[in-house]
Parts: sequence; C-alpha cells; structure tokens
Amino acid sequence: MKLKLKIWRQKNSDSKGKMVTYEIENISPDMSFLEMMDVLNEELMSKGVDPVAFDHDCREGICGSCSMFINGEAHGPDRYVTTCQLHMRKFKDGDTIYIEPFRAKTFPVIKDLVVDRTSFDRIQHSGGYISVNTSGNTQDANAIPIEKVNADKAFDAATCIGCGACVATCKNSSAMLFVSAKVSQFALLPQGEVEATDRVLNMVKQMDEEGFGNCTNTGACEVECPKGISLDNIARMNRELLKAQFKK
Amino acid sequence: MGIKLDSSILRKVAMALSGLFLIIFLTQHFIINITSVFSSEIFNMFSHFMGNNFIVQFIAQPILIFGVLFHFIMGFYLELQNRSARNVKYVKFKGGANSSWISRNMIISGLVVLAFLGLHFYDFWIPEMKYKYVDILAENPFRYYDELVHKFNDPIKVVLYCISFFFLALHLLHGFSSSFKSLGTDSKYSNSINMITKIYAIGIPLGFCFIAIYHLIGNFVTH
Repeated sequence: MKLKLKIWRQKNSDSKGKMVTYEIENISPDMSFLEMMDVLNEELMSKGVDPVAFDHDCREGICGSCSMFINGEAHGPDRYVTTCQLHMRKFKDGDTIYIEPFRAKTFPVIKDLVVDRTSFDRIQHSGGYISVNTSGNTQDANAIPIEKVNADKAFDAATCIGCGACVATCKNSSAMLFVSAKVSQFALLPQGEVEATDRVLNMVKQMDEEGFGNCTNTGACEVECPKGISLDNIARMNRELLKAQFKK
Repeated sequence: MGIKLDSSILRKVAMALSGLFLIIFLTQHFIINITSVFSSEIFNMFSHFMGNNFIVQFIAQPILIFGVLFHFIMGFYLELQNRSARNVKYVKFKGGANSSWISRNMIISGLVVLAFLGLHFYDFWIPEMKYKYVDILAENPFRYYDELVHKFNDPIKVVLYCISFFFLALHLLHGFSSSFKSLGTDSKYSNSINMITKIYAIGIPLGFCFIAIYHLIGNFVTH
C-alpha cells in the first residue's frame, strides 16, 4: 500500500503544532497501525528527521496508551479496537490519513501525538477505589453473594481502560463515560456501596475541576469506546449523584 | 442537605427539568390552539380563562418565563463551557460517524427556536400585555379567535412559523429523550422513551404547522 499521512507535529507543550505530510510505501494490509507508524519512524530516522512521538505499551488493546485520532475518529474507523488493534486493511491504497492527538484542554499535548492524560489519574485518585480495612475480620469477597446481572454490569464497567477516546470523541470533551464507568463498577457491588456517596461526589467534583466539558447525551463516546462502555453507566452515575446530594 | 447547581451533573439535571417543564407547557399550548380548528367558542373560552385567571397570569406565567430564560441562559452557558473544553480544534473531525447532527447541534436548533419566540412574543404576547396592562382596555371574551385568525393572514409569517417548528422538532427529537437520560432513567425504558420522543417531537410541531396553515387557507377562502 502507498499512503499519504498528514500528521500533527508539535515539538513540545509550549510550541505551536502543525500538520506535516509524509508519503509512505510498501505498507502491508496486515500491519497494525502502530507498525505502520514504526515503519514511518524508521524512514524518518534514516533521513535524520525527528521521529513522530506516540504513546504505546501493550499493543494488545488493553493498556489504553495508544491515543491517536485517525481520520476524524478516536482510534480510527474500526469499532471496539484501540489504535494498536487497528489494521491497515481498513484503509485503501492511495488513501490520505489524518493523524492527530486526542484533543481536549484537559489532555495537553506533550509532543506530537503524545498527550498528558494525568487528569484521569487525578479523578481516579479522588474516589475510584474501595478502602480495604485488613483488620483481621474482613469477609472473603468470594463469600459475598452478588446478583449475576449486577456482577456482569460491574465487570463490563471495569473493562474501561481509561484511554480517553470518550473525551477525544465527545464534541464537548466530556469525561462522563470514563468517570461513570469507574463509579458504576463499584456502585454495583456491595464492597463499593460503603463509600458510594463520597466516591461519586468527589470524582464528579474532580472531573469538573479538571475542566472537562458537559455531557449532552450525543452517544458518540459509547460508539467510539474501544471497550464498548455503555451510556447506561452515565445514567447510573447521574442517579448516584442525585442520591448522594440528599445523603450528604 | 440542599441542592446547589455546583456540579456538571446537577446543571445537566436542571437543563433536563426545565426542558421537560417547557414540554408540558408546549403540550397545553397545543391543546388550546388545536381547539381553534374545531370551535371558535371553545378556543375563546380557553383563551379568556388563560388570559384572565389570576393563578395563570401572576403565578404560572412568571414561572414559565423563568423556565424559558433559565433553559436558554443555561444552554448558552453550557455551550460556552463545552467549547472552551477543547482549545485546539481537530483538523478532521467525523462527528457523523458516531452521533446524529441533531444531537451535536442543539445550540443551532435552540437559537432558531429562540428567534421564533421573539417573533411569537412580538406577535401575540406583547400586544396581549399591552391590551390588558398598558391600554387597560375592556375585556372582550370573544376577541381571541379573531385575533388568532388575523395573525395568520400573512403567508410569509406562516412559512416562518413552519420553519421554526421544523427546528423545534429537531430540538425535541434529541432533547426529549436526552432529558430522561440526564435524570438517570434506566435503559430498560429507553425504547418506550425513544418511541414517545419521536411521536411527540414530530406530532406536536406538525400540529402547530397545521393550525397556522389551516387559518391561512381559511383567510384566503373567506376573502
């Protein structure tokens, strides 16, 4: 395959970036998108050009590191995959591909396609956990009966890898899908009920303080989420927050 | 305890509640207006009641005006906040791949509805207020039907009304069901809510268009 790549190049967080065009040849349709980027970087380095910086780690679709906005969509045109699981067969020979970083005020660009997503970490730190009091009489989790429906919903919510595709996709740069997945995975389980009130209040407060936009229920986040996190989680978080308002 | 609009979710809930309140008002407005097609007496009776009842005029009307203002001001505020949440725009953004145009452009349909409200106030509400509270003219319980029919004399105005109702339909098609999601409604009710949304969002604006066109044609036939 021969492709024209239009890639966002930005030296650092203080500099102004721009789209730079590269032409690349001999790309196999069986390559992953990141492998194609590796080939490009090898070519750039052989010419003495600074390679394109991009985040990646597991390359198995589970770490959530790779954060590219490809042809106007987070993680590209495929569904339920991260960029590392996107294959070049999804494109045609001669295509022009636009590659940009995930864009949001809360995800500032560090370099090229690498963005700072520590705002998600701070939200997680504000309540996305359960306190385990190892006092000696802690009940074995396997001994606590949990309704199968709730266990499944909690598990589905827990599959969120925190990649930020929801924020990148949302026209408002809202982080509601991410936060609601983290709230839901605990709210649905008895272990999480103990801190449910503080959790939802603190996580939503932190989300707002970070400067994410508001959710307008367009549903784009659900479509682009590589793990298929459902909008139901947002409705659940709304209920949890309303309940918490009356409890606090 | 106590609720302040100090979180994005509470503001979203407030938007949903004000929207649903306006939907209830729109429904009663439609019910009264549609009677003008069937009976001038019934329309006059309802209009006279709405225009002269103390509770409607001095309690419900200010609440309604507050609801309208709140919905629009909060809508603009949230829109500005949302726009500022992405300081660098994408070179290529394929919004249509994952969401409807209607859901992404509520501000556009909302602005058209706001412009329509301006026209509607100029046409009906301001003359009515002037009649009752400025000129302090004697009440004639039979004037309302003739005033309504007279307003729909102008085909351009009727076209403007119909265009506005088209945008109102777009606004409702997303806003109605979205407000229930904002209130945290369980997804098991989604199919029913989506069906009601489609029926309401298309049916009510279409009904208002029908009323305007009906009286326009009536005016032409009479003259």
